[in-house]
Formats: sequence, C-alpha cells, structure tokens
Amino acid sequence: MVKKIFVTNPTLAVGLLIVLVVAVVSLGAVYMTPYNITELHILDRLQPPSKDYFFGTDQYGRDLFSRVLVGGRTSLTLGLGAVLLELLLGIPIGIMTGYFGGKTDEVLMRLMDTLMSIPSLLMALLILTALGGSMLNAMLAIAIVGAPRIARVVRSATLALKNEEFVLAARARGESHRFVMFGEILPNVLSPIIVEATIGVGFAIMIGAGLSYLGLGVQPPNADWGLMIRQAREYLFASPYPMLFPGCALAVTIIGFNLLGDGLRDLIGEQTE
Amino acid sequence: MPPPVLEIQNLSISFATSNGELHAVQDVSFKIQPGETFGLAGESGSGKSTLAYAIMRYLPSNATIQGGKIIFRDANLLEKREQDLQKIWGNEIAMVYQDPKTALNPAIRVGHQIAEVLQIHRDLNEPQAWQHALNLLDLVNFADPQFNARKYPHQLSGGMQQRIIIAMALACDPALLIMDEPTTGLDVTTQAHIIELIEDLKIKVRSSILYITHDLSVIAQVSDAVGIIYAGQLLETGTAEQIFTKASHPYSSGLLRAIPDLDPKKPFKSIQGYLPDRTRPIPCCIFEPRCDLATERCRVEPPPVYQVAENHFSKCFRWQAAGTWRDEAAVSAKKLRNTQDRQTLVAVEQVKKYYGDSHLYERILGIEPSVVKAVDDVSFDVGSDETFALVGESGCGKTTLARCMVRILDLTQGRISFLYPKAQNGGHKFDRELRRKNQIIFQHPDSSLNPFKTIGAILGRPLKLYGVARKDRRQRVHALLEAVKLDRGYINRFPKELSGGEKQRVAIARAFAGNPQFVILDEPVSALDVSIQAAIIDLLLEFKATRKITYLFISHDLSLVRHVADKVAVMYLGKLCEIGDIESVFGPPYHPYTKALLSAIPRPDPPQGKRSIRLEGSIPSAKNPPPGCRFHTRCPSKIGEICETAAPAFQAIHKNHLIACHIPLEILQKEASII
Repeated sequence: MVKKIFVTNPTLAVGLLIVLVVAVVSLGAVYMTPYNITELHILDRLQPPSKDYFFGTDQYGRDLFSRVLVGGRTSLTLGLGAVLLELLLGIPIGIMTGYFGGKTDEVLMRLMDTLMSIPSLLMALLILTALGGSMLNAMLAIAIVGAPRIARVVRSATLALKNEEFVLAARARGESHRFVMFGEILPNVLSPIIVEATIGVGFAIMIGAGLSYLGLGVQPPNADWGLMIRQAREYLFASPYPMLFPGCALAVTIIGFNLLGDGLRDLIGEQTE
Repeated sequence: MPPPVLEIQNLSISFATSNGELHAVQDVSFKIQPGETFGLAGESGSGKSTLAYAIMRYLPSNATIQGGKIIFRDANLLEKREQDLQKIWGNEIAMVYQDPKTALNPAIRVGHQIAEVLQIHRDLNEPQAWQHALNLLDLVNFADPQFNARKYPHQLSGGMQQRIIIAMALACDPALLIMDEPTTGLDVTTQAHIIELIEDLKIKVRSSILYITHDLSVIAQVSDAVGIIYAGQLLETGTAEQIFTKASHPYSSGLLRAIPDLDPKKPFKSIQGYLPDRTRPIPCCIFEPRCDLATERCRVEPPPVYQVAENHFSKCFRWQAAGTWRDEAAVSAKKLRNTQDRQTLVAVEQVKKYYGDSHLYERILGIEPSVVKAVDDVSFDVGSDETFALVGESGCGKTTLARCMVRILDLTQGRISFLYPKAQNGGHKFDRELRRKNQIIFQHPDSSLNPFKTIGAILGRPLKLYGVARKDRRQRVHALLEAVKLDRGYINRFPKELSGGEKQRVAIARAFAGNPQFVILDEPVSALDVSIQAAIIDLLLEFKATRKITYLFISHDLSLVRHVADKVAVMYLGKLCEIGDIESVFGPPYHPYTKALLSAIPRPDPPQGKRSIRLEGSIPSAKNPPPGCRFHTRCPSKIGEICETAAPAFQAIHKNHLIACHIPLEILQKEASII
C-alpha cells in the first residue's frame, strides 16, 4: 500500500526523502560534527574540501561541514517556528472570515490583501526594522507575511463547508459559533492546511535566509545558512566553498519542502476523489 | 425476427479497488430489438451505469472486462480499435447523460453545439447543419427553435437543456440511444415532459433505446422490455407488462412493493438489509441475504436462469412463489386523525425571507441590490402531534422556510412562534431549550454527518450540549442506536464506513438525542435507494407513535406525503397556493398547480392513457417573480387579466381546505378527481 503510493507519486517520495534527511542531519548534528562550530583553525583558513575538512573551511578556519550541519538546525527551527506562528494567525482569521462572511469578511480580508500586496521580503524588512533584528523577531515577521496565504486557503475551504448539512445541524441544535468553527469545520480543513503549511516552511526558510543575509535575522557567531553566505561573500574569489555549500543546502531543503507539499496535495486529491 | 441491435452476452466487469477486486457486472446477457426501448432498472451500486459505459467503452482505467461480448450490429465492440469506435460513437450509438448542465458546453450557443455534431459526422456545411439542427429541435418539441437555438445553455431551464442533449444524441439518427438517468435531476413536472417526449420519439424515430434508471415508475412508462439488475447481476428480464404485473423474482416484487402508491390504502415496504460486499466471491444467490423467500438451496448454489414465459426470465429457484407472495408487516395505511380538537404547536405568521445582501461596492455605487424572494408572506400553523407536509418543486422556498424555523436563517419579516406549554420567553436558557425541542433532519445523509467524527462522537455531542451527565452518555448513545436499529458496534465507526441508509439512521438518532417535540424532516428519504426508503419512513413513524412527535414533512413526493401526512400545504415560488387536510387537497377541487403536480407523478404500472396536465415552461426566477398570481405564467387554466395583476386571496372550500386562486369556487368544484 505505502509502496504503491510512492511509486505512483514520486514527487511525494523525493520530497519526503529530502525533508527526512535534512531533519535527521539537523537534529543529530551534534553527534555528527567533527569539529565545534566556533573552533578556529587559523592555519587552515579558506581550505578547499579535503579528508580533514569535508566541505573545506571558512575565513577563520572554521570547519564548513560542521557549520552547514548545525546551520540546518537554525534554518529548520526558523522555518517551522515561523509557520507555526503563521498558522496561529492565519487559521482563526480564515475560519472566521469564511464562516461569518459579511463585514468581518470584508474588513479582515481587505487587510490580508493589503499585506499580500507588499513584496514579502520588503514587508518582513519593514517589520524587523521596527522590532530589531533577532531570530525570534524574524520568525514573527515571516509569520505576519505568510499568514494571509494560510487565511485565504482556510477561508475558501470554510466557505465550501459552511453550508454542509452537518454544520447546519450543529447550528440548528444551538452549538456556539466557537464549537461550530473549531469543532466541526476545522478538522475538515486540515488537509489543505497541511499542504499549504509544508510549502510555507520552504518559503519561510528562504525569507529567513534572506533576512539573515541582510543581517536582520540570526546573529553571529551562530551558524545559519543565510548568515554564512553573507560572511562568505567577501572571500568569494579566494574560495567559493564557504558560499557554495550553505547555498546548496538551502536550495535542496527548500526544494524538498516544496516537493513534499506538492506530493501531499496530489495524495489528498486522489483520496478525496 | 430481425437480428437484435445490441446483444450483450455473459458480460463480466470488475474494478480493482484498494479492498480487492470488485465484481461490478457479473455474467449479464440481454438483447435489444430494433425500435425497442429496453429499461434497465437498478439501485445505486447495481452496475447499471458501468454497463452503459462498457457499451460506450468509456470504462475507467481500473476496470477490467473479465469476459463476454457486446455485439452491436454483428460486431463485437470489445474487439474494435479506437479509430473504428470513433465512427460509431455519436453516429450509431449516442448517449444522453444524467446532468444536462455538465454535458453542454457553457460557452457555445446550443444550436451550434448540435450543428457541430452534424458537421463532423454528416459532412454538412454550416448553413445546412444549422437548418438540420433547427429540425432536430422541432423534433424534441423545443419551444421556438429559431429564437432559442441562439441561446447559451445557462439561459435555458433544466428541461430545455435536456431536450438539447437529446436532440444532439438524435442528430445522426443513431441505431442505439443510451439514456442514463435522463430525468433524475429534473423536477417532477419537467420529468413528465421529458418522459412524454421519449414516448413521442419512440414513434417518430427508428432508434432503439437503452433506458437506465433507478425509478421503476419511469421505466413502467417508457419501456417495452425491462431488465432488473441487482449487485451486478441481471435478476429478471421480461416485457414491461410481465414485470409489472407478474414479477417473478423476489427482488423485483420487493422493489415494486417499496414504492409508495398514490393510493394511501396500498401499503409499501422496504427490502431488508443492504447490498452485499462484492469483493468476495458469492457462491450462492446474490439476493439471498435480503430475500424473505430464501431456502437452504439458495444459500449453497447459484440459481440458473428460469424461463417464466415467452421472453420472460428469472434468476430465482422460487420464481413461481415470487409474484404471489405478500407481506403484511408493511408501512400501512395511517389512521385518519380527528381534526376537531386540534391544538396549534407551531404558528408561522406572514413569514418573509429575502436573500440578497448589498455588497460594499453596491453601497458605494448606490446600486439597488437584487433581492431573491425565497419565502414571501407565508402563514400556516402546525397542530400538536400531527404530520404537516409542505410540498413543492425545487426552488419553491420550502427548504428556506424549514431553515428559518430552526433559526439557521434569520427572518426578513414575520414571526414563527412555538406554543409549548409552560415555556417562558426570553433568555439564553430558553433559547437552548427551544432548540432542543425543535430538531431538523436533512436530505443528504452523506453531508449531514461530519466525516472526521465517529458515530459515538456525533451522537454524544447533542447529549452533552443538552446537559446529559458524562457517565450516562454512553448508555444513552447505545439506546439511541438501538432505537434506530443499528448495532452498538457502530459507535467507533466513521460515517464513510456506513451505507446511505445507515447514515440517515444516525442522522435521525442525532435529531432525537435531545428528546425533541417538533422535528422538521427535509426530504428525509429522497436521496436514498427506493428499496430502503420505506424502512426509514417506518422508523420515523415509529418515533412519532411512541414519543408523540410533531413532524413538518418537506417533500416533493406526493405519493409519500399522502401516506404519512395529516395536513398539507402546497408551495409555489415562495407562496402557498393550497392548504388543507390531506384528503381534501388530494381530491377535487384542486388548485391548478396541485392538479398539475398530481398528474405529473409517474405510476409504477404501464400507462393506461390517463388524462394528464402538463405545465409549460419552468419555474420563473424568484428574483423577479411574476406579478399577480405567481403561477399565471404556467397556469393551464388562467382566466384572464386578473391573474396577471392581482394576487389571489385564499378561498375557503370548507374550514380545513383553502385554495388561493382567482377561479370562482363553483367552477373549481365541478372538477373530477384525477387520481
């Protein structure tokens, strides 16, 4: 059964594989890193990959392999945390606008439209400039930027459900609006939310890396892919590796989450047919 | 005898599903003679549509044809190549689908859609094709073809759309026309038109017709020969007369008994049990688990096909007993109620419900919002312990009214009051109490249960809401399941594991969880198979008898209404046109609309040339209802200008029978009974 799903849905299989590898590597980074990430090897600065340093070293002679592994954990935390906040904001807004309609819908959704009309990175920058750069603030900024997308998906799913007879039955027997929204409707809109959230993680990691690159996200000496690329920029012509490896890790992770999201969408679509 | 147009020989089809191989069609054989209409009747899951798609070779990718032949004009269709089939499709075999809306291209004028078929298959040039298309529209009795052929599908009513589809199917004068439930999505008055058209076409064109439906009453009217299919097996075949007068299979006679007749003295009864699981091989008679006549022999070997009479075959060991056998434990004639000491429980006073919120941009631009008058000034009262029926076609506002009554929708104007003894008005507690006493059961069992909750959770929730203590709840859920005749084991199941009838039983149990006094039944059986409808009605009547419940029964099925209701109100386009005791409304004098509704009901006996009234056109839009009497645009007995200008007032025939019509009472009273 499971094997059949992966054969007919290779997108899902590849996506899941990448995400699993990234997750395992990031979580187990402490046990896999040959060096401490802040350990300096002054004599071995900007080394190419070798058997001592699998990915080479950066401008301070720190082991790139260790830093890429640990950096993954930062990126994943940032991505997952941001999406979690995104859901906390987006789901209630989406369900309420869909369920109540009318003025609630018009006011909240126009607000969401306004948020969506500003380019994401610009919007996140704006928020971070006000709040100050830190990893937590970066998460919050990404969540505010991403919430309208979740809200839209939840709203349209809610609209399709609110006239289903089981929802009407709940209202007719006198259930509170809160129960109807979160007890009856929410379980039925979880599948599109899961798809949207998975793709959202990739998106959040990308914005997060962008913010770190601009110096507004994760702060040194922590290892983060975006931050590593920023620091490696000045030495690009001396050694491309400090930029190449975190860049590749970033790309593979984002692609992995996107594939997983698309694969899940197909899977859910198949099952509802 | 000329060779048959279509001959199906020992056809077997199976589907690969996640639960294993499903045998959808098993060893089916029948013939269709030239010019003959073969009616294939079966319930959902019987394999009737699979059979139709197999003839068209449109089967989905997980289907396999296990064996057999489909012989069309001396050639086996199953051996034809794709290119050869394309010449046959549309040209020699044409199909009419259930839903005309999805079968027409919404962006092309209907006349052009027909002309296109002719240009492709007949090599006609454009003006010729157009002219021929107009002729075809004439053939299907399409009103004003010159003008209407230039319309787009959405500008036409469902009945008109279905005529276009039929005209398109007839475009190339096919040898075989397959009609898959062509009237199922239509209103009863529109259905009557289409059936009349099919009867008419049988005389005018040479095509043979394979008519597929779940509705035996319709089959009785259109077919020459009939096949009864159940769980993939053809159980009985014969001429229409043979099947409807001398049914020789217990399933056929069971189906016939399951249809409520307009005669309230004729009992109706459902077939017990459910469709068998066909992923496992069934070595015996497939109908045996549900058959009252089954013997030991039926359980061990499959029955062969017995010849009952010429052209009449039955797959039953006990075919001789099948027709004569009668069962007494049926939903029987109800007792007529004494209407003298009637106490009002629910009073509906001048209720109006208009839809149409003005949008923000409409308010900014000062555009007058378009209002849909779904319910427009309706008043009636429901007596304690009675069953009050509300009948009308789709779009008449009956469901909207029901939803207003359980306060899912707010009224635009008017009042609905519930006169429960010792009730004190106002307050949150009162509101909860009122909602507990008033419950609603919906039409679609598939959508009325939350797919993510177990049956136990679904039934437990209203108990919790209405204050049943946690420790008592489990036991109460068991009692509810028992009351609707479901096993306790259902408590941990999810709705998708249940059949339609079982889901509706759960929905009924949920409505009765809070011990209500007034229950609205919004088409409670119309989405169910005919063989189990009677069982659900039976269950509802049992609740009524044991718990003193008042029902508001909403239905479009007048036969059923006559069996269960004490009083009835007929609704048309948001207004009531007739209201009264059940026997008064079903007898003369009639409101012209009631009369049309009654005469449109298909009866499960072959036609006997009764006088029928057919309504022209379709229900007008409730956005712009006709002035005066709302029915005047379709009324066959319109008397003049007064119908177009003044809304008719209710005329009292007697105390318990009111008709809203301009026709003077004396004339109305001269009419004879039409049923």
